[in-house]
Amino acid sequence: METTANAEQLVAKAQAQNLSFYYSDYQALKSINMTVHEKKVTALIGPSGCGKSTLLRCFNRMHDLYPGNRYEGGIRLHPDNTDLLSPDVDPIEVRMRISMVFQKPNPFPKSIYENVAYGLRVRGVNKRVILDEKVEEALRDAALWDEVKERLDDLASNLSGGQQQRLCIARALATEPEMILFDEPTSALDPIATANIEELISELKEKVTILIVTHNMQQAARVSDFTAYMYLGELVEFGATDQIFIKPQKKETEDYITGRFG
Amino acid sequence: MIPATTSARLKKRRTRHLRERVIEGVLFLAASISVFTTVAIVYILVKESVVFFQQVPLKDFLFDTQWTPLFDDAHFGIVVLLSGTVVSSVVALCVAIPLGTIIAIYLSEFAPFALRELAKPFLELLGGVPTIIYGYFALIFVTPLLQKIYPDLPGFNLLSAGLVMGIMIIPYVSSLSEDAMRAVPMSLREGSYAMGATRLQTALKVVMPAATSGIASAYILGISRAVGETMILAVAAGMQPNLTWNPLEPAATVTTYIVQVALGDLPHGSIGYQTIFVAGLSLMLMTLMLNIVGHILRKKYREAY
Repeated sequence: METTANAEQLVAKAQAQNLSFYYSDYQALKSINMTVHEKKVTALIGPSGCGKSTLLRCFNRMHDLYPGNRYEGGIRLHPDNTDLLSPDVDPIEVRMRISMVFQKPNPFPKSIYENVAYGLRVRGVNKRVILDEKVEEALRDAALWDEVKERLDDLASNLSGGQQQRLCIARALATEPEMILFDEPTSALDPIATANIEELISELKEKVTILIVTHNMQQAARVSDFTAYMYLGELVEFGATDQIFIKPQKKETEDYITGRFG
Repeated sequence: MIPATTSARLKKRRTRHLRERVIEGVLFLAASISVFTTVAIVYILVKESVVFFQQVPLKDFLFDTQWTPLFDDAHFGIVVLLSGTVVSSVVALCVAIPLGTIIAIYLSEFAPFALRELAKPFLELLGGVPTIIYGYFALIFVTPLLQKIYPDLPGFNLLSAGLVMGIMIIPYVSSLSEDAMRAVPMSLREGSYAMGATRLQTALKVVMPAATSGIASAYILGISRAVGETMILAVAAGMQPNLTWNPLEPAATVTTYIVQVALGDLPHGSIGYQTIFVAGLSLMLMTLMLNIVGHILRKKYREAY
């Protein structure tokens, strides 16, 4: 398995470099170094409070929304080779290129169509022809088109939980981002909806780079190419998923994965 | 067989039950006072209005263009009073709704925490100022100010009263709207920001639509306050009945007419006396209609997040 992973050409999409993060005085991330590879799925696992969501939210500068938060170190975004945490970088520009799907489905109180079109409208796209085309494409990519094509003007809140989450994925896809961040996207969903989303994530990596936080180790094993195990704000081990799950290098990783801890 | 007697320890405690009953009764009484008052008010208004309509045909009441109930040549066109109410309310809402909404958006989505906590009590203080003070503020400060712009403006006019009334209503609109916007979950805002939206886009395209029902209630409450406001108009708008749609003119409103007539010495049972009740009933019907509209809006735009 390792040989096949090595045989492919790996291209770095984003690299955390000595990344630390503080909620006011509390240090939530401690000098993280990690590379997210292009068009691969990278999973962040670890027990509650280990900082995996905090790390994820650094990638689209979500922490900028709240006062008192502070980054140290950087995240290099490629191909620009720019530190996206730099004060010169506009967080809105970052978010335009790096989308996010949240833990709980959070469709806007609008129609299905307008939910998907939101990101495009925010970018000033208002031509109906273009919107129609992009909305359909995004809904198809999110495996939702067939279920909603007859009722695009219905309120998004009328959809089931799993459909709402796929709608949120469609919303994130519509603007053709380079990378999508998933923050425990299936934790509020039933097993069937979870299976659908996992399948979708595996398909989406053809198009975009994916970074996913998950509580569920089996999910990480199923969907990801690379896995990072975090504990108490530190990156304990990072590597190809097969290697992390079959022969982890560190004792702590093994304890967590085998369920002896966490 | 289970013995038919109840063990002493499990027996019903008479005093406990009695106390519960008494408390329940007191609570029920307290709650029924408000219901009873409403019913009583409506009963009296309707009863006296029936007497009125036995003497004045409904057609005259609705379509006559003069309101002179105390003159020898009496006319009872309610539209005269309604015009004053509508014009002054529209002026007030032109001030209160835009300003109140903008303040709510600013406080809920833009203002730093400390400023919000400071600004809110001050704003609510605006709503606590006695309306008589607003009335004199309109009459002796705002009207002369407006007269510098329009020298022909009469000393009593609907514009100045309406503007000041609008300022009085701002906190009702802004406070409730802000509460509604604050109640929108952070996850919706994060979803919007994560799509690359700015604060303003998030506020206008996500937060406000999500808070529609609360904002609609705030507007309806503002309109009700405007329609029912009395003192500011009594002081600053003059009290002559005047069928006009021009805010630059003085006019009586439904409420100021009631004040004026109720202060005079009208013989009980005279037609002039009955007009107080018809005017009151008209006012009540207007606010009732507004409440129904508000209820429908709230139901239609129930928060679905």
